[in-house]
Amino acid sequence: MQSLGEFSSLWPALPEGVLALGALLLLMLGAVRGERAGDLITALSVGLLVLAALIVESLPDERIIIFSGGFVFDGFARFVKSASFIASAVAIILGRTYFREIKVVHFEYPILVVLASVGMGMMISANDLLAVYVGLELMSLSLYVIAAIDRDNARSSEAGLKYFVLGALSSGLLLYGASLVYGFTGTTAFEGIAAAVTQGARPPLGLVFGLVFLIAGFAFKVSAVPFHMWTPDVYQGAPTPVAAFFSAAPKFAAMALFTRVMIGAFPQAIAAWQQVVVFIAIASMLLGAFAAIGQSNIKRLLAYSSIANMGFALVGLASATSAGIEGVLVYMLIYLFMTLGVFACVLAMRGPQGMIENVEDLAGLSKTNPMMAFILAMMMFSLIGVPPLAGFFGKYLVFLAAIEAKLYALSIIGVLSSAVGAYYYLRIIKIMYFDEVKQSLGPVPSEVKLVLGVSGAFVVLFALYPGPLYSAASAAAKSLF
Amino acid sequence: MNWPVITLLLVLPLIGSALIVASWLLRGGNDQAALGRDARYIALWTTLITFLVSLTLWTGFDTKSAGFQFLETKPWFGGLMSYRVGVDGISMLFVVLTTFLMPFCILASWQSVDKRVAEYMVAFLVLETMMIGVFVALDLVLFYLFFEGTLIPMFIIIGVWGGARRVYASFKFFLFTFLGSVLVLLAIMAMYWTAQTTNIVELLKYDFPLNLQTWLWLAFFASFAVKMPMWPVHTWLPDAHVEAPTAGSVILAGILLKLGGYGFIRFSLSMLPDASANFAPLVFALSCVAIIYTSLVAMMQDDIKKLIAYSSVAHMGFVTIGIFTFTEQGLQGALFQMLSHGLVSGALFLCVGIVYDRMHTREINAYGGLVHRMPVYAVFFMVFTLANVGLPGTSGFVGEVLSLTGAFIANSWVAVFATTGVILSACYALWLYRRVIFGPLEKPSLAALNDVTAREILVLAPLVVLVIGFGIYPSAVFDITAASVKALLLNTHLAVKTGLPLLAAY
Repeated sequence: MQSLGEFSSLWPALPEGVLALGALLLLMLGAVRGERAGDLITALSVGLLVLAALIVESLPDERIIIFSGGFVFDGFARFVKSASFIASAVAIILGRTYFREIKVVHFEYPILVVLASVGMGMMISANDLLAVYVGLELMSLSLYVIAAIDRDNARSSEAGLKYFVLGALSSGLLLYGASLVYGFTGTTAFEGIAAAVTQGARPPLGLVFGLVFLIAGFAFKVSAVPFHMWTPDVYQGAPTPVAAFFSAAPKFAAMALFTRVMIGAFPQAIAAWQQVVVFIAIASMLLGAFAAIGQSNIKRLLAYSSIANMGFALVGLASATSAGIEGVLVYMLIYLFMTLGVFACVLAMRGPQGMIENVEDLAGLSKTNPMMAFILAMMMFSLIGVPPLAGFFGKYLVFLAAIEAKLYALSIIGVLSSAVGAYYYLRIIKIMYFDEVKQSLGPVPSEVKLVLGVSGAFVVLFALYPGPLYSAASAAAKSLF
Repeated sequence: MNWPVITLLLVLPLIGSALIVASWLLRGGNDQAALGRDARYIALWTTLITFLVSLTLWTGFDTKSAGFQFLETKPWFGGLMSYRVGVDGISMLFVVLTTFLMPFCILASWQSVDKRVAEYMVAFLVLETMMIGVFVALDLVLFYLFFEGTLIPMFIIIGVWGGARRVYASFKFFLFTFLGSVLVLLAIMAMYWTAQTTNIVELLKYDFPLNLQTWLWLAFFASFAVKMPMWPVHTWLPDAHVEAPTAGSVILAGILLKLGGYGFIRFSLSMLPDASANFAPLVFALSCVAIIYTSLVAMMQDDIKKLIAYSSVAHMGFVTIGIFTFTEQGLQGALFQMLSHGLVSGALFLCVGIVYDRMHTREINAYGGLVHRMPVYAVFFMVFTLANVGLPGTSGFVGEVLSLTGAFIANSWVAVFATTGVILSACYALWLYRRVIFGPLEKPSLAALNDVTAREILVLAPLVVLVIGFGIYPSAVFDITAASVKALLLNTHLAVKTGLPLLAAY
């Protein structure tokens, strides 16, 4: 009876449980039925992720800690989890036609995405450094395999290997940091670490070292400078739906983890980590803005764009206030829509000889496919941060928090780098609208059209009714403090 | 009259563009000619209806009140900002100017734009919403939203329907103005955290500490000076003007440049009076340089549009001087000058467009002796040229003379330098007129020119009436602006002289 009681108290982890069990069942289904079950598995995986998101939304609105303090469910977890699960589902949907066309029919892709989502769920809810590591590794291992899923393609294998080697290194850094933190505080639980640093006092040097190593590990996962090197190669090498997936859900989950560890475990050491986060935010924004200028491959360009966007999101974290976390959440959620929308456009770039990835190939798209050109142009303006598109509001909230925290240098460099970044986004619009038609693209698969339509509508119309989303993010941010 | 006029004004152009998109969807994109016809008529009717609706602002406006009228408020973004719109005597005129110029832009593009007409009209209608929004916004974020929002359609208009170097011009336009504006965004945030509100009506009463005012002023200056444009950040304007299609130039000169002047009055002068007083010498110096330097540059241009573009920079110099004189004459003059310049430079660009449509060149040397073939055109062009020079009896005179009077009160040396600009403007404008219109008709290509068509007369005649009408009876404008300008200056003077918090006259 006792054990059953304990078991029933684990229901806040129900979404992860559903996903994990479901993934195993789907794996068995795939093993029995083989590639023929591909479509069924894809559909069921999407269903599982949506179901998990629904369960997350139906959980009660309070802070619950289970697994002896290792797993926490609160408003923050609710917000990030439902968004990540849905973004994962979208990534699966985007891959349907693509994988069939490049003749990579592995039923494992949706299952691996589901497993990665279990990892994300655990990361988002982690309340202990060990839980952090377990969640992160579960996600990362799935991602390594997904990056190399087009295994006969040298670039894809290279991407997977590169990602794995560098990812292993970053996990090592993270573990080393965790052990240092444990050594100097005697605990791995966030509450314990937080209590070990007294208010106003300088944290011990060893703890600061550990903190920096932890940040290095997180920076790798969110692809922030100086741990961004893997991003362009992996984005370019991995199949496009995989790159879309990488740029969306795992980034959000890793950013949430980063936020929770900083705010949850080191609330008294803000001065110690704030300067590090400020540095990586500035470096990411600048590098993302300048390095993307020279890119001609759209996936590489988007990789640098995503580095810059992580920099902007980190501006919110750097301010270390409730308003800042609110900014991070809104920014990341809007970024999910934008990045999935842009990658849907990349998936719609189908030339006569298969997929094309060169930016120049979009020339004259506004004449051959005005709808898609319009949506992509709006995405670009939104990524620049031009109002009244959604991207503006994300930037507004993160910089609003940074100004409140008196991080003036960070804010000024940030907005100026967004003006630099405007150049390469505008270049894509220029190619689509100002240049003459070079070739017309093939028909767009219906699921890609759907994603394009939804994300385009969100980006354009967000300003009309932002209230509910903002309130949800606001409540989620407050639950951390 | 309780219906939300201003929201209606903002929504009407969007409805028009939605109709054009609907027509595009219905026709399936096959019948380009029919689609173009639909788009032209929908756009024309939309802009006309919008203009008529905006006239209810004029008729319903209480000229005795200095406060904001036609107020509408709705919470937005979970209370972090609000949808708050309204007009006072300063902004109302610009709203009407915008809606007034739009039908002319559509008519001017009737035949000259023949590719992708539907997209063109949609871009213009969206631009109209954005421009009206800038003038009616009473929330900082809402203001910024519309202010920056103008960049999207304008970038597309210059880049798609522009001339040979359109790509360069559109990028320069976008990046210059965007770079200037991002700093305003930070200033808006700093104001929010200091005053705990983004409500402009509240902020006008708020007294910002001097140190902060300086930084805020510089941030706003970075944006508005580019938009205005002031020397030395004016270089985007000639490029944008030359490459933009005729209607784009009209809107650029007529309305978009006024966003900078409006911003200076609404934000720099009203909210940051101490910093404005401190920085006034800087503005005077830059404006004097602009007036003299760009007038000289204008004289040396070979391209008609470029010449008018440089003359716009010079005329905007009078506006900035007038604004920062802190006198009623100066401020009224600046407002009048902006209104008049909107009409006159718009009309001049329309005139250039008329010959460009026939000859497809803007080189001054390609013309000469047009009076022999196009006498009616020569008369129209003369009226607007003289108004541009500032001949008494035209609207150009009133604004210049009042700005200069204000300048004389504030600092007589500024008046001396600025007045040379009046002479120089006569030089370049009359010289242009002589080279294009007079002289023998020698070029064979000009021999077959036809005079203005009925459609073109329809476009130009109302502008002539207004330019002369406002020149003879400027009170039509001053009656509307007077109360708001007086209240603004009262607040500003009190704040500057006594250091006391601003009075709640608003």
